[in-house]
Amino acid sequence: MRIASPEDLDAVRKIGLFKIQPDRPRIAVGLATCGIAAGGNELYDRLGSIIREGGYDIELTKSGCIGFCRQEPIVSVTIPHKPLVLLHHVTSDTAEDVIKGVLQEDIPKNLALCRVKEWDHITGMIQYGEGFETIPDYHEIPFFSNQHKIILRDAGFINPEDITEYIAAGGYSTAFSVLTGRDPDSVIDEVKRSGLRGRGGAGFPTGLKWEITKKAPGSEKFIVCNADEGDPGAYMNRNEMESDPHMLIEGMLIGAYAMGISEGLIYIRAEYPLAIERLRHAIREAKSYGLLGKEIFGTDFSFDIKIAIGAGAFVCGESTALVASIEGKIGRPHPRPPRLTDSGVWGRPTDLNNVETWCNVPVIMAKGAEWYSGTGVRGNSGTKVFSLVGKVDNPGMIEVPLGTSLHRIIYDIGGGGAGGKRVKAVQTGGPSGGCIPERFFNTGVDFESLLTMGSMMGSGGLVVMDEDTDMVDIARYFINFAASESCGKCLPCREGLKHTLLILNRILAGKAGVEDITLLETLADTIQATSLCGLGQTATNPVQTTLKYFREEYDALIVQDLPDGGR
Amino acid sequence: MDEKRLDEIISRYDYPSGRILGILRDIQVSEGYIEKDLLRLLAEKIEVPVSRLYGLVTFYSFFSLQPVGRHIITLCMGTPCHVKGARTILATLEDLLGIKGEEESGKYFATTADNQFTVVIARCFGACSMSPVIQIDGNLYGYVTPEKIPEILAGYGWHP
Ligand SMILES: Cc1cc2nc3c(=O)[nH]c(=O)nc-3n(C[C@H](O)[C@H](O)[C@H](O)COP(=O)(O)O)c2cc1C
Ligand code: FES
Repeated sequence: MRIASPEDLDAVRKIGLFKIQPDRPRIAVGLATCGIAAGGNELYDRLGSIIREGGYDIELTKSGCIGFCRQEPIVSVTIPHKPLVLLHHVTSDTAEDVIKGVLQEDIPKNLALCRVKEWDHITGMIQYGEGFETIPDYHEIPFFSNQHKIILRDAGFINPEDITEYIAAGGYSTAFSVLTGRDPDSVIDEVKRSGLRGRGGAGFPTGLKWEITKKAPGSEKFIVCNADEGDPGAYMNRNEMESDPHMLIEGMLIGAYAMGISEGLIYIRAEYPLAIERLRHAIREAKSYGLLGKEIFGTDFSFDIKIAIGAGAFVCGESTALVASIEGKIGRPHPRPPRLTDSGVWGRPTDLNNVETWCNVPVIMAKGAEWYSGTGVRGNSGTKVFSLVGKVDNPGMIEVPLGTSLHRIIYDIGGGGAGGKRVKAVQTGGPSGGCIPERFFNTGVDFESLLTMGSMMGSGGLVVMDEDTDMVDIARYFINFAASESCGKCLPCREGLKHTLLILNRILAGKAGVEDITLLETLADTIQATSLCGLGQTATNPVQTTLKYFREEYDALIVQDLPDGGR
Repeated sequence: MDEKRLDEIISRYDYPSGRILGILRDIQVSEGYIEKDLLRLLAEKIEVPVSRLYGLVTFYSFFSLQPVGRHIITLCMGTPCHVKGARTILATLEDLLGIKGEEESGKYFATTADNQFTVVIARCFGACSMSPVIQIDGNLYGYVTPEKIPEILAGYGWHP
């Protein structure tokens, strides 16, 4: 079926709604990569065979990830006219209890995490119902109540492999009204006014980049989605694509229309097989409904998306290296200009945006720039998704308004250090970021504040370190990472990082003197100032921040009177 | 991999963007490594100098030119996995499997004498909330501890 009118869209919405709220019980297993690793597939199969053997009238399906990784496998249960109930730590052994509970409308207490009476998909509202008073409400769970879900509004609630459920939650209706009723320039204007900044790390204003791309000479241009997510410890983009792939597609569709571009690419890392599979499936679905391809929604606008797969090189997340990689070349950055907006994929003007940046677009167009910029802080509007990992009690995928303090994220949502240990620092921005000590946890996470701390927003990985973490070892870890990911093109990055690593090794081996610290500092400053691309320019942040905030840990390793000056 | 299968993989990519890396990835995923003769054959078929393909497979860490054992164990060495003890996991694997490798420039490669297991490292599967993480033949295992490893390996035919 091709959707070409509001009536068509409504008809599909009804089909999807009936899947989300059937006239019989529905059980959905959270099956993103993390849920699967926690045993989700076995659980799904077990539930399926119990239902089949018993001949029960229960709908079994899958959902994306709601982000509370500590509680996985997570299952959601909906019984008509009752609240949706999230169950946690469900295993094949407790599958029988789940089915029994559903049939008797009596959810086992030990498995129930919380209930959801209604869910605001922002682009649509789903009313589940009343009841199950003894189960805590969603809003009573600190992990959830301290979050503000805009981008993750569908994750864990809809089946990511079924486009009708996305449409039921209000999906594609924004693209429809934009493509059939808005002037492309006014879309760019709306995105500009929303204050949306790139979520890939640098925070460049998205609307402005769109405008520059649109004004670039030439008719054949590209839009590209950066799904390389090479920052170890960051998995927001994976989850966004696995749990709600159509949000990304809708965002790209609206952007393509605004810029008048008909070719889209998603550059995704090879380490994400499930996300690749779900995206491919979603693109096929969108095509069959006439939402990608020729004459979308019956208009004369055409747009298609292809997938290009990366191959495990961190530097390929950098824009010019990414383009080289798409073209089947070695991913080595080149100096800019020329910028991608002038000469990108196959030499054509290209707009590159991160997965999450694209995911912000539908809601901006649905609710308007004023509504959108009502969340966040000045100059940093909207929310940001973070992966809260490392030595934190509740690791998971979370979303908060930009400007939310680290304290709130790590203590109120994360529950503090794992196993009651004292939190020492948090590492933000991945290999390009820095370590922020606990005493500065009142810092708000926004682009500027993190820079002031010597760190970076990066793509959104927050790695918590506790009292047992050795900060010098962490600095060495990152330098080792950056040194092995350096593409080798420019000298400061290639040789400088190698020597930084040697010095850190010497310090950790207890064979370094005070002058090694001075050398480390000078070297770090030089690499930062003279490297060709962002990789080298930011690679020493972990060293500089640990030197600044955890100097005592370095000092403790320094040998005061080395006979030969340490060499 | 026979020629027919290679042709089939090539035919999946009729679009220039992402074509070469896509083909190489599918070969890597299917075989666990990329055989040099196959690389030569591929170069002929897609009319790209073999030197360029060689450059790609050595630059990108996803590819391997070395033959691998029957099961591939990929240990995550991402930041969260690192702070949660990935190195101890590697040491345990080396100990149990009787192998020894060197981590160099982000790569690690060691195969057991009986050719049953190859251990390599990767940077982040995006399952960091359950770190430390290992992957065996595509299946992810989270919250790994040295104590759990024998049981996991036993599922792939390992015994002490
Ligand atoms: C070494 C390096 C790695 C990067 N990795 C990523 C990445 O994995 N994902 C991403 O979206 N941006 C990454 N970036 C930033 C991109 O170059 C680019 O700024 C971004 O994709 C633009 O999208 P945005 O404006 O939506 O943020 C990286 C930059 C550098 C220098
Ligand atoms: S760091 Fe190991 S899975 Fe992400």
